[in-house]
Amino acid sequence: MLCKRIIPCLDVRDGRLTKGIKFKGNKDIGDPVESAKEYYEQGADEIVFYDITASHEKRGIMIKVVEKVAAQIFIPFSVGGGISSVEDMREVLLAGAEKISVNSTAVKKPEIITQGAEAFGSQCVVVGMDVLKVDKSDNIPSGYEIVIYGGRKRTGIDALWWAKEVERLGAGEICLNSIDADGTKQGYELNLTRLISENVKIPVIASGGAGNPQHMADAVTKGKASAALIASIVHYGEYTIREIKEYMKQRGVPVRLKW
Amino acid sequence: MLAIIDYYAGNLTSVKRSLDYLGIKNEITDNEKKIEQSCGIIFPGVGAAGSAMKNLVSKGLDDILKKQVSKGKPLLGICLGSQIILEYSEENQTKCLGLIPGVCKRFSHDLRDEMGNPINIPHMGWNQVTILYDNPLFQGIENNMDYYFVHGYYPSPKKEYILGTTNYGIEFCSVLGREGLWALQFHPEKSGRFGLKILDNFYKFCKTV
Repeated sequence: MLCKRIIPCLDVRDGRLTKGIKFKGNKDIGDPVESAKEYYEQGADEIVFYDITASHEKRGIMIKVVEKVAAQIFIPFSVGGGISSVEDMREVLLAGAEKISVNSTAVKKPEIITQGAEAFGSQCVVVGMDVLKVDKSDNIPSGYEIVIYGGRKRTGIDALWWAKEVERLGAGEICLNSIDADGTKQGYELNLTRLISENVKIPVIASGGAGNPQHMADAVTKGKASAALIASIVHYGEYTIREIKEYMKQRGVPVRLKW
Repeated sequence: MLAIIDYYAGNLTSVKRSLDYLGIKNEITDNEKKIEQSCGIIFPGVGAAGSAMKNLVSKGLDDILKKQVSKGKPLLGICLGSQIILEYSEENQTKCLGLIPGVCKRFSHDLRDEMGNPINIPHMGWNQVTILYDNPLFQGIENNMDYYFVHGYYPSPKKEYILGTTNYGIEFCSVLGREGLWALQFHPEKSGRFGLKILDNFYKFCKTV
């Protein structure tokens, strides 16, 4: 049976993690390569790097990080943030990433999804969606609106429409982040997760709100997601990936438990 | 030295990185002499069957691979490589290498998973492989471990070439071949420690030939 995936997300700025990660045993790690290795050994199914490097000049630092990660970890990993052209995609994929993710850029230039899929295959192209719950309206019939620039700018685009649209354009996967749930640790936005998962054929990664293993299990059962993105819950040593997966297994969720 | 066949098909460098990590000498090449000199061939691939076969033929690699395999050179096909070593692929209606009897089929959109939900296509993520017979490639690895898959088509070889299976809406063949000529539908280079072990086992086998 296809396993539900647990995916730690690492925020990187200028080649360093934005916040040090405290692994159990109080290992405090600020190096994204070392942290990725640790999660690889702990049983992460995939790893996401989010590059929040501000300047174009410093993009090369991230490429170096990707090359180092690719030489040492042998599970898929993706890179998002600051990718604005097919050339950027190519650079990251050649450095060894399995997938690239686009978010605000995809809203502004949707053709980048198709171009990326044609050049590298749909499986390489993940579209990140930041979603805000709003009142239902003619423009936003689902009651969920796409926001960009890390949630700062509303777009007037309906999230359900956009999810179907990115699938049509050739996206291979959607990473669905609820701005409302993000940082709350109260659980994923399950209504949103299920709405999108049931209406596209490509896999959906639930993101935002994870506070305990039950939330991950809910995301992939009630929310029908294929994977759950996690950050602070593992970064601060509250749970290990194995603990999360063992809980999910008990709930009857297929997960990868031997690695 | 292992030769990784270069035919512009997807991410060859990830296979190279995993062999480098294992300390196995390897070279990405389309050169007949180099392939001849290698102790074994890795035939990877990501992409579509039609363009992959076109590239192989245009480089003359189809004949080189057939010749090497007939001389007993060990070969390991990966992903698309596990599909186009068959006779035919439903993808782009492509005539393929025919090193192993059988065809490559498309996952049907009507298929449902064990929970009754429609399956996503492509099949992407970690899934179990059940090995049916003892096999040098899987030596030292527990059976029914999870490996990383990304594919919309699957190999369907003649029954005696089915070495391992995986469930995704249907039970399909995920490991195929015969001694010295193997193919994996999943990506060993992205499947963590067990995947690396398979690559290492393949190299060890090559050195005994």
